[in-house]
Amino acid sequence: MKTHRRNQLLLVLVLIVGAGSTLALVLQALNENINLFYSPAQVMAGEAPINKRIRAGGMVLMDSVQRPDNSLRVKFLIGDLKSAQFPVVFEGILPDLFREGQGVVAEGRLDQAGVFVADEVLAKHDENYMPPEVAQVMASDKVSNLP
Amino acid sequence: MMKGPGFLLPLAGFMLLVAILAVGFRLEDPHLLPSQMLDRPLPAFSLPRLSDSSKVWSEKDVYGKVRLLNVWATWCPSCVHEHPELMRISQEEDISVLGINYNDDNAKALAWLKYYGDPFDLNISDHDGQLAIDLGVYGAPETFLVDARGIIRYRHVGVLDQQVWTDVLAPIVAELNQLDREG
Amino acid sequence: MIIELGHFAIILALAMSCCLAVLPTLGVYLQNPVLLRSGGSLAAGMFVFTLVSFICLTLGFVNDDFSIAYVARNSNTALPVYYKISAVWGAHEGSFLLWCLVMSSWTLAVSQFSQQLNDDMRARVLAVLGSLSIGFFLFLIFTSNPFERTLPFFPSEGADLNPLLQDFGLIVHPPLLYVGYVGLSVPFAFAIASLTSGQLDAAWARWSRPWTNVAWAFLTVGITLGSWWAYYELGWGGWWFWDAVENASFMPWLLATALVHSLAATEKRGVFRSWTVLLAISAFSFSLLGAFLVRSGVLTSVHAFAVDPERGVFILYYLVIVIGSSLLLYGLRVGKMRVTVGFGWKSRESFILANNLILTVAVVTVLLGTIYPLMYEWFMSGQKISVGPPYFNIVFVPLMLPLIALMALSSLSRWRKTASTVLLRDQPLRLLISLGMTIFCCLLASTWNLWFLFVSLLCFWLIVNLLADARYRIGRHWFAGLLKQTPSYYGMWMAHIGIALSALGIVTTLTLSEEIDVLMSPGDQQQMSGYEITFQGVTRVMGPNYSADRGAIEISRQGELVEMLYPEKRLYAPSQNVMTEADISVSLWRDVYVALGESIGNQAWSVRVHIKPLVRWIWLGGVLIALGGFTTVLDRRYRNRKVIRARQSKPDPDLHLSAG
Repeated sequence: MKTHRRNQLLLVLVLIVGAGSTLALVLQALNENINLFYSPAQVMAGEAPINKRIRAGGMVLMDSVQRPDNSLRVKFLIGDLKSAQFPVVFEGILPDLFREGQGVVAEGRLDQAGVFVADEVLAKHDENYMPPEVAQVMASDKVSNLP
Repeated sequence: MMKGPGFLLPLAGFMLLVAILAVGFRLEDPHLLPSQMLDRPLPAFSLPRLSDSSKVWSEKDVYGKVRLLNVWATWCPSCVHEHPELMRISQEEDISVLGINYNDDNAKALAWLKYYGDPFDLNISDHDGQLAIDLGVYGAPETFLVDARGIIRYRHVGVLDQQVWTDVLAPIVAELNQLDREG
Repeated sequence: MIIELGHFAIILALAMSCCLAVLPTLGVYLQNPVLLRSGGSLAAGMFVFTLVSFICLTLGFVNDDFSIAYVARNSNTALPVYYKISAVWGAHEGSFLLWCLVMSSWTLAVSQFSQQLNDDMRARVLAVLGSLSIGFFLFLIFTSNPFERTLPFFPSEGADLNPLLQDFGLIVHPPLLYVGYVGLSVPFAFAIASLTSGQLDAAWARWSRPWTNVAWAFLTVGITLGSWWAYYELGWGGWWFWDAVENASFMPWLLATALVHSLAATEKRGVFRSWTVLLAISAFSFSLLGAFLVRSGVLTSVHAFAVDPERGVFILYYLVIVIGSSLLLYGLRVGKMRVTVGFGWKSRESFILANNLILTVAVVTVLLGTIYPLMYEWFMSGQKISVGPPYFNIVFVPLMLPLIALMALSSLSRWRKTASTVLLRDQPLRLLISLGMTIFCCLLASTWNLWFLFVSLLCFWLIVNLLADARYRIGRHWFAGLLKQTPSYYGMWMAHIGIALSALGIVTTLTLSEEIDVLMSPGDQQQMSGYEITFQGVTRVMGPNYSADRGAIEISRQGELVEMLYPEKRLYAPSQNVMTEADISVSLWRDVYVALGESIGNQAWSVRVHIKPLVRWIWLGGVLIALGGFTTVLDRRYRNRKVIRARQSKPDPDLHLSAG
């Protein structure tokens, strides 16, 4: 019986230490790896932090996509349905559903000059409407737009 | 080790999870957002017709009939999905369907209508999305039901299908037509 | 007419499921033998009617019947016929009909292959499966009916199937995944039946084991295929995104993996009984939760179905009723059951306990990462966040490494207790051999990446131990020795080798891949990992329902042609959707993956080129794991009814033993 007791005690100890350290690790990891979402209005108002990994999204404004020749660098504007907008630069291949007038979410960092340097651009992968974050951007603009 | 009530802990954990999901679900659902435009008159606008940009339409031209205003665009694949239902409504139901072509290219839009068929009595070209902004549209497709005096009576966000028509729109249309005849 | 027949058939199937839930249960309480045995024929009826309605919908697709709203939305006359058939499960409604078909197939299978159960138990299990089916059929008929007509006006042409889904991977991935998902309802039903009858002995574990293993194996195949499909079809070259929907399938898999192991311990030794029951309930609960996440649109995902709040609400109620009531039943019943079976800490039981512990923690971390955006939004008044893949990598990898290490030792362990000598004998030598292999690989790949080094070392150690163990068991006469081993052993062995291969593939791909996005004009050449990639330009080609820009890219090594690749950028005519179709030079040792980006003008294109060593091993390992799961079912214990009957009548001898 003694070994049995000792084993149980050992087990409980291992459990507590294991669970505790896992929990600490997990929470730490969570807090370091969440990407906050900002709307164009928030980016314009300077609410989005500089040089921190964030996500921002809205509509790709019509006729705003520019591609200087001989590189994969793309510049475009993301805006809401009012006047808020911010410039985005991205180097790489855009997703298939990336289009002007379409809702997108960009992931990356905002630089000192207020340009969003994206390392990833996401467009919703099927026909469903638009990313919920973007839908909410549009919806809240609508509310504030009304008298 | 766990005794009696301890075995109910999984149930408690599950209930917490359900609470999170339920709340998250309510937050996330764009369909349940209230429409600020309900029971207000159409915003003022002055926009060219899609087929003939020399002719300009304003909100006054919309008055006089119960109408569906459908916000659509060629860049919106869901508009293709709802298209058969619009075709059906325009041919079978006693209602006029107007299109608001939103943030789009005129030539593309006309080609689109030619390819899929044209359910609209008339299309307004809202190239810069100005009218859409005033209407509070946050994407396409969206559909507004407007009475004969130009008051917005209902707004549907997303694809309009037959179920939405029969369950929601048709009763309101019937009621509006009734009011129209009486008043 | 046909489609009305299908609609009618599914309503009859609902009626059958109601009978299946009620009649056998009545039989149990009234001790009426006719009612008690009614489950078999009712299950058959439910299956036949569901199959009929499924065939009717399929005919609707094949015959281009666009008066059916679902067909009009998801098919097109230009679609090749095999995609017309797979389009049946290409969107929400039809895929749920497939789900129902799979559910009724499992129910039928249980009624057919559980003759060894006594009538009482069999009736209870079938009644649970019937009750679950009621909810599924109601959901199908009232919120997601694929048989709705758009009469009398209907389109002459359909809107087309989402181009992403026009692919072989999508023909096979959902059915297999659903077989796995839904298959977890069988151990769930056994667990609930045991709880209601109060017979929570080792017998229920023995009955559940083959079913669990098969469902788990199917789930493994489904997830593996999904990952493979995402890799070649989404055009990003990624094979796992820690996306909400992927997590939704991964969590039940992790739990089912834990269940497969703990059922073994419960069957053989009678330990962890209440825990195993809880696992059986949880595994199925998580597969339902997955359905909710995928079909309600509550989370942002690349794979999610169209958002419909009504459906989400229905599934949420269903979750609360099914999972809530079973956890309540668990809480009330299982507390009364006390078993004391001891085991030493070096025993196989301990290893399984550790495995379960780690897998459960892994599930909790994945779940937390998946629903954290919802919690955050709730507490932070609407602030939206996403949890990035780094979170999952940081928490998940440290959990998996000890799991591999445990696996290496566990194959040597014995039930009850294992002598230290057995566990640790030869380990220095084996570690040395593994280290040698690791260093050899490092030299071969000319890298000293620490992750690569460490994970390879663990994997080789696992493989060496498995080989040594097999060698020891087989003994001197290898042929006779091979025959002597049970299918259970073969299955375990294969699955564990599969894990090692997958892990090797994952770590190699992650650490040694070379990936670039580059602008290329015709004639441009790019040097990568010893390969020369030459862009030869783009031509226009036509497919059955799309037109495409097809790039020609030459892959060569030291001037010698390896393969010509033809990636495409397709424009699907009916829906005007653009799709990237990557092309891959496949080999066991490395993939060369190329995809076209967009035209930049002057015939120049942006091109994505990835060289991914050992990426195939990830899926190869997955297939081996699944094969292992299937193999265990061949074990004679599950087939030979007499043996089982005999064992069932004897009290479990293990119960009276208490070590220490």
